[in-house]
Amino acid sequence: MEISRREFVSKAFKSSLYQITNFPEEDLSLRKEDPLIRMQRELERALEKPREQRKWVMVIDLRKCVGCKACTIACVAENSLPPGVAYRPVIEEEIGTYPNVTRRFIPRPCMQCDNPPCVPVCPVKATWKREDGIVVIDYDTCIGCRYCIVACPYNARYFDFGEHYTEKTPKLMNYEKRKFFEYGEEWERKGEESPIGNARKCHFCIHRIENGELPACVTTCIGRATYFGDVKDPNTLVSQLISKPNVVRLKEEFGTEPKVYYLL
Amino acid sequence: MMRTKILFFIALIVILSLGSIGLYERLTFGHRLTAYGSYAAWGLWVASYIYFIGLSAGAFLFSSLIYVFNVKKLEKIGKLSLYTALVTLILALLIIWFDIGHMDRFWEFITRPNFNSMMNNMIYMYTAYFIILLLEFLIVSKPSILIGPLNRVGSVRILSMLGAIGVPLATLFHGGVGALFAVVGARPYWFSALFPVLFLAGALLSGGALLTFFVAYLWTSKDEEYKGIVSMLGRLVLFMLFFYILFEWAEFSIPWWAGISGALGVHRESALLVLTGPFWWVFWVVHILFGVLIPLALLTSKRSNSKLVGLAGLLISLTFMGVRLNSVIPGAITVELKGLEEAFQSNRLVYYYFPTLHEWLVLFFVVGVGLILMYVGVRFFGVMKVSKNG
Repeated sequence: MEISRREFVSKAFKSSLYQITNFPEEDLSLRKEDPLIRMQRELERALEKPREQRKWVMVIDLRKCVGCKACTIACVAENSLPPGVAYRPVIEEEIGTYPNVTRRFIPRPCMQCDNPPCVPVCPVKATWKREDGIVVIDYDTCIGCRYCIVACPYNARYFDFGEHYTEKTPKLMNYEKRKFFEYGEEWERKGEESPIGNARKCHFCIHRIENGELPACVTTCIGRATYFGDVKDPNTLVSQLISKPNVVRLKEEFGTEPKVYYLL
Repeated sequence: MMRTKILFFIALIVILSLGSIGLYERLTFGHRLTAYGSYAAWGLWVASYIYFIGLSAGAFLFSSLIYVFNVKKLEKIGKLSLYTALVTLILALLIIWFDIGHMDRFWEFITRPNFNSMMNNMIYMYTAYFIILLLEFLIVSKPSILIGPLNRVGSVRILSMLGAIGVPLATLFHGGVGALFAVVGARPYWFSALFPVLFLAGALLSGGALLTFFVAYLWTSKDEEYKGIVSMLGRLVLFMLFFYILFEWAEFSIPWWAGISGALGVHRESALLVLTGPFWWVFWVVHILFGVLIPLALLTSKRSNSKLVGLAGLLISLTFMGVRLNSVIPGAITVELKGLEEAFQSNRLVYYYFPTLHEWLVLFFVVGVGLILMYVGVRFFGVMKVSKNG
């Protein structure tokens, strides 16, 4: 059967129109709600509760992480991290041997352990676990003995040596001198003032969370591989994700009870 | 004697001049010039701290032989052992003070104590120990300071009481320094019940060896009594050398022969790093050859004399720094998560450590302070001479 060009174009157009207008809505992935929108809504809901009634957890889907390290860089920018301090490095793992080889990317923020080994070792009570599950450091108290750094089984704590990326260039760049807002306070790295000479670590961007914003690593994840929310609310995305059999935590055998979950 | 004095002063000037550069750098640049990082967070200064604190505990426990256990033969060196313990304690606290990030906040140990932290407990024990040492030394140096009812009790009795408090304290705090490391479950190399005991045995050995060297070379009179003291010290050091090697054998042989499962596997990696890693020579040459085998030959030789015994003491006490480095660094550079080193590039994020010149210079400064204090002890307190109270 012969068909004219005019008829072909007409039929193709009608067919496409039919498909778009009659396809079940839930199957059109582009129309799905972005998890960020949902997590943002859940964050605002959690913030309406008192702090002790919420518990923050992070879930990282290793199947979705592409190893772009946008989270690492976003974190460095958000917290004005100096050289040698990276709250959220991404470990690259190669599995198998050529030609049967795959790669896996494992972002490693602070695990915000429920039984944190870094807390009891601090000689001056400069670090503790808050009611909402985040392990924090009091920069104005920390003496910089680095006992917490050696006690962490995830190497998630860092020492601020007071270095700058641009210190041996003609000019120390402004982006390294700008103020930042960890723990809801204003900080500036200069001289030997804190946080220089202190232990530093990921704090799930407390300063953002408490202002109704998701952590920097969550919002910048291009693959939507990092989820964040209140695990005390059973209807949050994170609560649903960690109730699956494909959930693992790093070094479970240490009994640290990490609050960062990985999906395999 | 004059020549020795000149040599001492030349060495002191050189060490202090170099040390002053280190001090200036430390106070000006903070921690920027150090080689340790966040994955190898403790280095030379922490190793030096446990080295000095071990010398102090060892020297003090030797003094307790006199004042608590009444070993008459050694009573002449009571003042020397107390003074050595005092000086090395000061050096230990000085170097660890340089190691902390905010030197101006050291008082927080007292104002914000966390009694769950072994490190905090150490500070309290050091304070108590420092007071006891100071009191004992003052009483030994000048018994006339005891006035009123104290004078009636008598210096010997008071010294015995202070020593009796000091012995468990010194045992506790040096075992405690080992425990400071041993309670870190994340580091299998340290996480061992043997570690505190090993520290204590090391303290007795290194502190005793240092005293032996001091007596053998710097004691003013060289009579028969002197020979007797050196000979006895030599025998004690020899006994402790065997004792230490036994513990060290246990510490290394178990992971060496064990399988590679779980935490013991990581312990094995660290132990192998000590025995066969890039700094194998620190264990085999510095420690085993110069710190064990040669002193063993010197102490057991039929032709041994006071000078050779003293030389053995010097070798053991000096090379024990290698043991302390091997106690701290392999544990500190444990690879917690494989691939982390490559995940973010920085010289602060590597599982490798070798001290910078700056770190050595700061150590020189501390050693220089130690030499001055020892000189003050010899010159003004007569620690190398026989005193009335021993």
